[in-house]
Amino acid sequence: MDQIFAILNATVSEAIAPATAGVAIAVIGLNLHFGFTGLLNIGQAGFMLLGAYGMAISVVQGVPMFFAVLIGLGLAILFATILGAPTLKLRGDYLAIVTISAAEIIRYVGRLAQFEKCEWSWCKKGTDFTGGSQGITSSTFTTPFKSISFFGDGAWTLSPFNYTSLGGSTAVRVLGLLVFLALVVGTVFFVRARRAAAARSWTDRLVVAVLVVLSVATLLFVFPQTMSRTQTDGWWVRAVAWTLVAVSTIVVLLLVRSPWGRLLRGIREDEEAMRSLGKNVFAVKMQALIIGGLFGALGGMVYVLASSVQADSLGRQITFFAYTALLIGGAASIFGPVLGTVIFYSARILIREAARTYVPNSILSDNQAQAFSFVVVGVILMLIVIFRPQGILGNKRELRFHV
Amino acid sequence: MIPLARSATSWRPTTYAGLLAALLAMVGLVLASLVSILSVTTTRADAVATLCLPQPNVSGCISGTVGNRTTPVEGADVSLLDKDGTEIDKITTEADGKFSFEVKEAGAYYLRVDPESLPDDLEIIPPAAKFQGPDGSIKVNAKLGKLTSPALEVRNKDYQSGGKGFGSEIVQSIAQGLRLGLLLALASIGLSLIYGTTGLSNFAHAEQVTLGGMMGYLFCNVLGLNLWLGVVIVTLVCAGSGFLQDMVIWKPLRRRGLGLTQMMIVTIGLSLAAQYCFQMFVGASQQKVVVENLDVFTLGPITLTKLSLVAMAISLVAVGLVGYVLIYTRVGQATRAVSDNPALAAASGIDVDRIVRGVWTVAAGLAGLGGILYALVVSNGIRWDTGMQILLLLFAAVTLGGLGTAFGAFVGAIIIGLVVELAGPLGAPGDLKYAVALAILILLLLVRPQGLLGRAVRVG
Repeated sequence: MDQIFAILNATVSEAIAPATAGVAIAVIGLNLHFGFTGLLNIGQAGFMLLGAYGMAISVVQGVPMFFAVLIGLGLAILFATILGAPTLKLRGDYLAIVTISAAEIIRYVGRLAQFEKCEWSWCKKGTDFTGGSQGITSSTFTTPFKSISFFGDGAWTLSPFNYTSLGGSTAVRVLGLLVFLALVVGTVFFVRARRAAAARSWTDRLVVAVLVVLSVATLLFVFPQTMSRTQTDGWWVRAVAWTLVAVSTIVVLLLVRSPWGRLLRGIREDEEAMRSLGKNVFAVKMQALIIGGLFGALGGMVYVLASSVQADSLGRQITFFAYTALLIGGAASIFGPVLGTVIFYSARILIREAARTYVPNSILSDNQAQAFSFVVVGVILMLIVIFRPQGILGNKRELRFHV
Repeated sequence: MIPLARSATSWRPTTYAGLLAALLAMVGLVLASLVSILSVTTTRADAVATLCLPQPNVSGCISGTVGNRTTPVEGADVSLLDKDGTEIDKITTEADGKFSFEVKEAGAYYLRVDPESLPDDLEIIPPAAKFQGPDGSIKVNAKLGKLTSPALEVRNKDYQSGGKGFGSEIVQSIAQGLRLGLLLALASIGLSLIYGTTGLSNFAHAEQVTLGGMMGYLFCNVLGLNLWLGVVIVTLVCAGSGFLQDMVIWKPLRRRGLGLTQMMIVTIGLSLAAQYCFQMFVGASQQKVVVENLDVFTLGPITLTKLSLVAMAISLVAVGLVGYVLIYTRVGQATRAVSDNPALAAASGIDVDRIVRGVWTVAAGLAGLGGILYALVVSNGIRWDTGMQILLLLFAAVTLGGLGTAFGAFVGAIIIGLVVELAGPLGAPGDLKYAVALAILILLLLVRPQGLLGRAVRVG
């Protein structure tokens, strides 16, 4: 039993990690590209890396945090414009090839030993620039971020009211787990039942929101997480990260419900029709690419806050993971990206830890268990696209894009 | 519907025959005189005198080669110093350049090669700053139960001043570029054919290349088959994998009417799964296809392994064969017809599914052949992500030549190969040579989106 709890605890811990939140924001941007506009951007990791470098290098060079973030976002705008200008008038494949190539170029340049240290007159000599293949460690650029924390010092447990408050017996935890499962099943059934009914009212949404909050609370009741309040990988980073996820979701919600959002869908469904209605398709696609890229850059900044800015950790894999997460959650849905990312990251840890614990080392060593979890990811991606292209939350009718 | 660019080829056999002939002549010039003198003999390296086997919690090993596998340095005095700089052990390398030390404690050690013992014109390439020890030594972190292999590569002393001469360095790079280009061509022609006939950008194609190398490792290294027999078997096995793939995955998906974008994401999933399958079964380290040292061939400024020349010749023959089949045979004609317009091809009695099946088979076979040759002569071994590293070069080659045009892919591959190898001597540091190839691709798309050999049509 303890083993199971340890595995699940690692899973929950991964689900709320800042890296998960960072990828979730990038996936929200990708959803704007791929889900709503039908732009096949396979270089989202490039946007993330640019955002991360832009912010981290600026902070190291002494730029205030706020402007450092703006610099990161500005780089993403520049990147999107450069990529979009030649390719958005062409068929989708070209954007795909150019974005993935450009993302790789950024990664190669970031890894160069020549840029490891700052050796020019316009920056502080001897400080880290890109840090080469080692990257920029978080301690060198997160001080200003930590200094604006109002969380105080010491450690803190979420949730403060947890199974240990009720005696800490295994029975309490199992019971809590069952309640969690019941809540999840309840949510699923409720949403399904109401989806059959044509219109969804505000009360329905409220019920779903309450159910979701209750499930998360139950989960944290069973698996309380203790972390430092402000230090590198603590609650401050998590609070900021998930707040940004929420804000991004709301921004995308407002965007796609606007007339501009309808334009995006129109372009996805039939570009020619939009053009014949007198819309400037190129401009709208460019705007979508830029806005989605901004989310990518923001996600990249969040992603590196708790670890380090390392070119190889934001390579092609991350883009592929982002697509898997997006398709699990459901492309062209509002909450799909966040749900998909959380499920993707926690499921991978669940598979890995379970394989490490229960499969003897002679069959699967720790490294093989890690590789195995990625194999499962790849297979899941294939199966979802083939058998449930709308993912968990998506609408099948929204998925007839042909890039 | 807009005609897609994959039909953007005007297949004029004479043009392509001429083009092919010109290219064959160009590459042939370098090769023809050489292949005749060749007899690829591989000499098995003598067993290492003091073989070190690390045992968990008891001992660790520090071993490696002075120079590199193709040009080991004989008679170099390698000393092992502890962290205070006291000499613990000393070895003089033999013809294979190998050294090997056993240590009983984990921790930092220093390796020093006596500069006097090296040939006059050679020096050890200094390591990165954090591995530099006192007096030109190299810092090594030994672990118990582990084998540590520090790099003790040598270079010409006048390397910095371009001792080999800028001109000859360029010539050497051109030779290497042609080699890389020809091997890339093997894989990218298949990629291009698949794109041409099905419209699918196959991201898992690079894993077919890795599969070729992995199969080569299995047959030639693990099972110890003869290399050439191994190459043939690998090609057949890989072709079989393409056949099976089309039967199990792609044909059913085409039947389901799955969109091209979705199919492309399926290939991304397949690529991820395949990569980590390799990692699961073979591990994350580099594996050699052949363990023997390879003979080197020198002609003026050009130094290549003899095996490279054979690989280039094989690649040329294979590409020529594909070209011949495409231009002069009925199957080739049918393939081109499917490429131009699948519906029309079907209407005129061509079995599109059979052609596509054939294309998958040939493409996977060529990629596998490219993979084993690449592992043999370019990357000196195969790793789970070897294919992924060249995936973008393949896409660049295909796009550069014109999406979906087989000969375009060949031209594109040669250009990309040359660009990648020439970027180094012309001033691009390190891995940036790959980035240069990709940058050229992006620039080309700005001015000529249909690629070099594609016909200008509206794409989008």
